[in-house]
Amino acid sequence: MKTKIFKPKKSAVLTQGNQAVVEGALAAGVEFFAGYPITPASEIAEGFARELPQIGGKFLQMEDEIAGMAAVIGASLAGKKAITATSGPGFALKQENLGFATMIEVPVVVVNVQRVGPSTGLPTAPSQGDVMQTRWGRNGDQEIIALAPSSVAESYELTIKAVNLSEKFRQPVVLLLDEVIGHLREKIHLKSKEEIEIYNRKKPESNQNSDQFLPYQLTDDLIPPMADYGSGFKYHTSGLFHDQSGFPDGKKETAKFMQDRLHNKLHNNLDQIIFYEKNIRSDDNAAVLSYGSAARAAISTVNTARKDNLKAGWFKLQTIWPFAEEAVAELAAQVDTIIVPELNQGQLIREVKKAAAGRAKVIGINSYAGDLIRPEEIRALLEEVL
Amino acid sequence: MDFEKYLRIDKLPHIWCPGCGHGTILNSFIRAFAESGLDQDKTVVISGIGCSGRATGYLNFDTLHTTHGRAIAFAAGVKMANPGLNVVVMTGDGDGSAIGGNHLIHAARRNIDLTVILFNNQIYGMTGGQFSPMTPTGDQATTAPYGNIDQNFDLAKLVEGAGGGFIARGATHDPRQLKKIYLAALKHKGFSFVESFSQCPVSYGRQNKAGDAVEMLKKQQEDTVSFKKWQELSFEEKQGKYPLGILKEVENPESEYTESYQKIIKKLKKEEAF
Amino acid sequence: MSRYEIRLSGAGGQGMILAGIILAESGVMVDDLNVSQSQSYGPESRGGASRAEVVFDEDQIDFPKVIKPDLLVCLTQEAFNQYGEDLKNYGVIIADSRIDTTKLKDKLKNNLYQLNILDLAANKIGKEISANMVVLGIIAKIIQKKIPVEFIKKAIIEKVPPQTVDDNMEAFELGFQLKLDKRSYAYGRI
Repeated sequence: MKTKIFKPKKSAVLTQGNQAVVEGALAAGVEFFAGYPITPASEIAEGFARELPQIGGKFLQMEDEIAGMAAVIGASLAGKKAITATSGPGFALKQENLGFATMIEVPVVVVNVQRVGPSTGLPTAPSQGDVMQTRWGRNGDQEIIALAPSSVAESYELTIKAVNLSEKFRQPVVLLLDEVIGHLREKIHLKSKEEIEIYNRKKPESNQNSDQFLPYQLTDDLIPPMADYGSGFKYHTSGLFHDQSGFPDGKKETAKFMQDRLHNKLHNNLDQIIFYEKNIRSDDNAAVLSYGSAARAAISTVNTARKDNLKAGWFKLQTIWPFAEEAVAELAAQVDTIIVPELNQGQLIREVKKAAAGRAKVIGINSYAGDLIRPEEIRALLEEVL
Repeated sequence: MDFEKYLRIDKLPHIWCPGCGHGTILNSFIRAFAESGLDQDKTVVISGIGCSGRATGYLNFDTLHTTHGRAIAFAAGVKMANPGLNVVVMTGDGDGSAIGGNHLIHAARRNIDLTVILFNNQIYGMTGGQFSPMTPTGDQATTAPYGNIDQNFDLAKLVEGAGGGFIARGATHDPRQLKKIYLAALKHKGFSFVESFSQCPVSYGRQNKAGDAVEMLKKQQEDTVSFKKWQELSFEEKQGKYPLGILKEVENPESEYTESYQKIIKKLKKEEAF
Repeated sequence: MSRYEIRLSGAGGQGMILAGIILAESGVMVDDLNVSQSQSYGPESRGGASRAEVVFDEDQIDFPKVIKPDLLVCLTQEAFNQYGEDLKNYGVIIADSRIDTTKLKDKLKNNLYQLNILDLAANKIGKEISANMVVLGIIAKIIQKKIPVEFIKKAIIEKVPPQTVDDNMEAFELGFQLKLDKRSYAYGRI
């Protein structure tokens, strides 16, 4: 059989969400994928299996989800931008090593195309049930960056952003799709190389004396330069709390200092991490706040409601972790009611309520059995509150 | 020869208990590495969790102390991403045959060029003496207070069944042989596995009234026999004895995993050129 | 065109999803037309119910799934029973002639076309699996003012296995030549 050769694609293409993740990752410089097949994310593995060897990259189908997560961390330490993809049950298995990546500050991207859980659940139906698993699925306090695309075009854009953020902050980044976005085909415009901004991890100077190299050096931006394996620095990395040298010292001060640094390296730069879009007019009394596929119904509803002179606006989160607390607090001061449609029993709404702190009424609309929330459901609630 | 450059002298003394065999394994490895001619700067050593996991901290290479059982999976990612690196895994019997057993068999099956050194002290030592898949049936462990009813593994046979091309067993009572085996393992192109018998006088020895390190080493010597001699033993004589040495060595560099993948890359490049 | 929604429904293995993808690909060829295409997946993809949806809009497509179809194709009784009532006012249903439509006949009145799609595919092409191409021929005729027939043919050639192009194009033509009386509904709301 003749193998199909990777050719630069025409700019306007019909692309599936999962394939857009592949295109976005390749555009951002990803050269390594390791993972394990799982519905509804397998098209991502299939895409990388086809395309990576064509650019000299590597695809590795591992024996299980845990190994897939381990292998991408290993590849990243060897100097390659690396990505893995899974769905809820597999994501649960990846959690320990995801925590390890956070601890040892290795850039990797983990895609989770969410399906309905718990357990095997509904493998082919959409869900946003892993929002809290993403935030709190590991042992210990720790920050995580999570982006949630609401369209095929955004799957492409946010994958590029996810890779860049992981490289910039030496931090694992989770990309939360759901089955609808993963399998949806939409017309998107692929960008040329010149149009894409790419960020590569900071590395130590190659002429630096390797004996004095501190792999976890305290720098002004709190992000230590990262050396590729094999570049002569011979440094140690451990999942134990470690000092600047990378070695565990068993001191509680080190454990505190390190946790604070991991937190602050993100929290000092929230403006570079938190992305959202909104359309709120000064006289809008209600807003629909959403993310992922639920945003499609939300925006559709607001657009038609406005034609009927309803005073409603929309707010779409692209970054869900760290949560856009300030922006949502501001929104709560502006409108009387915030409606939060989610494909779960109400997960991110807890953060919205916390940020609103009583300044606005926060009401959820929830679908958690595999159906999308439909515009007419949001419309009915809007009419009720306005 | 200068062996000190392979150690992080400032990290010594190590945390292993007096009488522990792990230091002997480390010593033998360093001697083998020095002789191998491999580039220290292009070598990565990866470990998991447990007493064996601490080995990486003392070795002056790029070293990675990973999560429990997963060292081989991390190593596969490193090797695949940069096949120019020599990748060594140091794992324990709990780490490598229980929680990480799946990674061991699949790395062997793929024939990916890793050197896996499994420190087998037949017990979970660091956590105080729970039984591992390598604890002999009938032995005492904190989680087998009435005697261990589990049957222990023959890891060499397991790895052979999985397709491993280089399989060997060494023991701490014979560090010269250990060194020789490690040297051959490091030079083998493809997956290599060395089960390394080690003694744990504290977490295993005390519970099983096995005596001190010297007595345990004597017992280790009695229970083992060179592979050459072992082949001449009758079925009855083989019972309870473990052969030491290189048990299998099949040169098949063509099937090495990263090489096979490289062939795909090359083939695609050629097709593109046409 | 303003938002136009198509739902193709039938049994798994009837090629409804491929037909949906082909329609979507043809839409991509039209400048400034946005396209969303989705399907129901599942273990039922061989034999059970199968559904593909395509939404076209010159504006941005907010909700990506069909809300109320402008054009609904049903190849099985089960599909008709499940989706027949969802139709938009002035929408069109294309149902295979084997389907018993009496239950909704009064309600659907002029919106319903019953055509012998499966028989045509089975008898004239010799493969019932070509029914999806017959369907594409019918749809191509209905939406030709907005999506040129040539674009749909081009998408078929790109998407089907090369050795099946001739059979598929023949089935497409059969569908395209089927007589639809020019009731306003069929060509109206595009």
